Amino acid sequence: MTSQVFRPAARPIWKERPAPAYQSIKALVLGGFAIAIIVPILVVVSTSLASDQDIIEAGGYVLWPKHPTVKAYETLFSGGLMGRAIMVSVFVTLVGTALALVTTISLAYATSRPVLFGRPVLLLVLFTLLFAPGIIPMFLIVKQLGLIDSLWSLILPGALGAFNFVVMRTFFMNVPQELLESARIDGASDFTILRRIVMPLSKAVIAVVGLFYAVGFWNAFFNALLYLNDTSKWPVQVILRTYVLQGKSLSADQLGVTPPPQPQSLQMAVVVVALVPIAMVYPFLQRHFTKGVITGAVKG
Amino acid sequence: METSTPMDAKSTSTTTDPSTLTAGATTGPPRATERTPGAGPRSTRRVKAQLPFGVRWRRDWQMVLMMVPGVLFLIVFFYLPVLGNVVAFQDFQPYLGIMHSEWNGLQNFVNLYANPDFWDALRNTMILAGVQLLLFFPVPLAMALIVDSLVSNRIRRAFQTIAYLPHFLSWVLVIALFQQSLGGAGFVNNLLRQAGLDPIPFMTNPDTFPLLVVGQLIWKDAGWAMIIFLAALSAVDVSLYEAAAADGAGRWRRLWHITLPSMRTVIVLLLILRIGDILSVGFEQFILQRDSVGPGAAEVLDTFTYYAGVVGGDWSSGAAAGLAKGVVGALLLWGANSIAHRLGEPGIFQKRSGS
Repeated sequence: MTSQVFRPAARPIWKERPAPAYQSIKALVLGGFAIAIIVPILVVVSTSLASDQDIIEAGGYVLWPKHPTVKAYETLFSGGLMGRAIMVSVFVTLVGTALALVTTISLAYATSRPVLFGRPVLLLVLFTLLFAPGIIPMFLIVKQLGLIDSLWSLILPGALGAFNFVVMRTFFMNVPQELLESARIDGASDFTILRRIVMPLSKAVIAVVGLFYAVGFWNAFFNALLYLNDTSKWPVQVILRTYVLQGKSLSADQLGVTPPPQPQSLQMAVVVVALVPIAMVYPFLQRHFTKGVITGAVKG
Repeated sequence: METSTPMDAKSTSTTTDPSTLTAGATTGPPRATERTPGAGPRSTRRVKAQLPFGVRWRRDWQMVLMMVPGVLFLIVFFYLPVLGNVVAFQDFQPYLGIMHSEWNGLQNFVNLYANPDFWDALRNTMILAGVQLLLFFPVPLAMALIVDSLVSNRIRRAFQTIAYLPHFLSWVLVIALFQQSLGGAGFVNNLLRQAGLDPIPFMTNPDTFPLLVVGQLIWKDAGWAMIIFLAALSAVDVSLYEAAAADGAGRWRRLWHITLPSMRTVIVLLLILRIGDILSVGFEQFILQRDSVGPGAAEVLDTFTYYAGVVGGDWSSGAAAGLAKGVVGALLLWGANSIAHRLGEPGIFQKRSGS
């Protein structure tokens, strides 16, 4: 059931052909929703690629750039604040995801078997789903650890997500016990079993959980706002807030370029930079989502 | 492979020498009698639990080692902060620290009770949570029903691909997209101006803010929330539909008598989770829009905690508000779950202990 989420396409004999009225309502609802998602993204991407006169002609926004240019991106990447922010975000995402995957996989595997301390540790994790420690105590702990203004303050608190843990553990519990036992009889240690048998079998779920973590680290905004005062360590999301939402302008020396291009296309380029990594990994992992989420959520 | 050689040796010996066959048969029963004094069959788990600690440790130490990073993380970034909530009962001074700050009992909660800003934040939270529950919750369900009724797999997949995408965008990005689309200088208002109409302040009107917030939530997460409903729908036994159709039930009858009852468990489960999370209406979403709409409409418990504590320096009040929120959230979750149990639904906890 979990692998076959979609029903076969053929219309069952008992199912009547939908009346045109229903069909048009469906088309209207689904089509409208899809358009509402696509159009803003398209406008933002187009505007970021539009030339100055395109923007002036269109009065602010363009649906399709007539004279496409990458000037806005050149400006952003010519050093300065934005270039650093991208480096920070990439670093936090890569290191954070790797660390979180190691933590989650090993903990999920260990608690997926009836081993010493397995049960109490599982309860320790599940309790975190019920109660949130709160912003102030988290801030105080991070401060006590001396992580304020350190990029580790963005990485370490995100190193284990309870939901991702549950997804991973559910998947590991479905690995046939016989496989593990035969490996154990052959003299494999638990580390070897995890690395050579369980992980290769769980590529799909590792990909999905890895994506969830990566997206979380890439999108992290509030932790950066809370823990980082040093503007040179700001990740992309905080730049996005400051220069697009709050509309503070980037000065020429922050950009490293004079004269700066149209602020409109520059702002849109910041939006696109925040968007692109997600749009890039998304198609490759999309087919695994349903499987990953359902193993975790419904069977959980 | 090496450990399987004794087995091979045994089997080859039984085939080569028939006398060992009988020998094997005579050695068989004693082993069986060894097991019988253990008073009947037991589950393997029970036997393992009875192993002495030393034996289990020698068998499991690698697994225990694997738990160490995760447990360390839980202690440092969850359980220590949970304990850190004691600052809610202190007159916390950052330069004195938790150990040396003075205790003041429930004074912080009394102060909160007297603070009109806190009540505003609480009221906003309740209003926004109510609007979200009423307007957001049914949308993914309705969308899943429509998508499930599509016959063409191609259209269905294309729609799902588009609908899931916004879930992976950050709130900053979502609000930036909304601002660029619906903001005062955004392209919708641009079009309105070009058509000679007055621009509409979608993004800055405190009165319609709850609707804006729900709109953003639907835009971002309705497609994603649909996944679980779709999975539940695909698990419905098709022969039920067939039988109902043979008995003359039309599409609405089948929806009402088969589809919705089959999904009841999932709907209740998601509703409970939503209720448990009701006071966390969406922190980032509000902190990002607080400037443009004003705290009157956008101040919720989480932003109150942040502005009172981290920004305003009144750590104890912030922590008290945060603690109150956490405790009430956990109570709501527990309450909703026990109501569900009483109505004969599995809820969340029962499900989990079964796994």
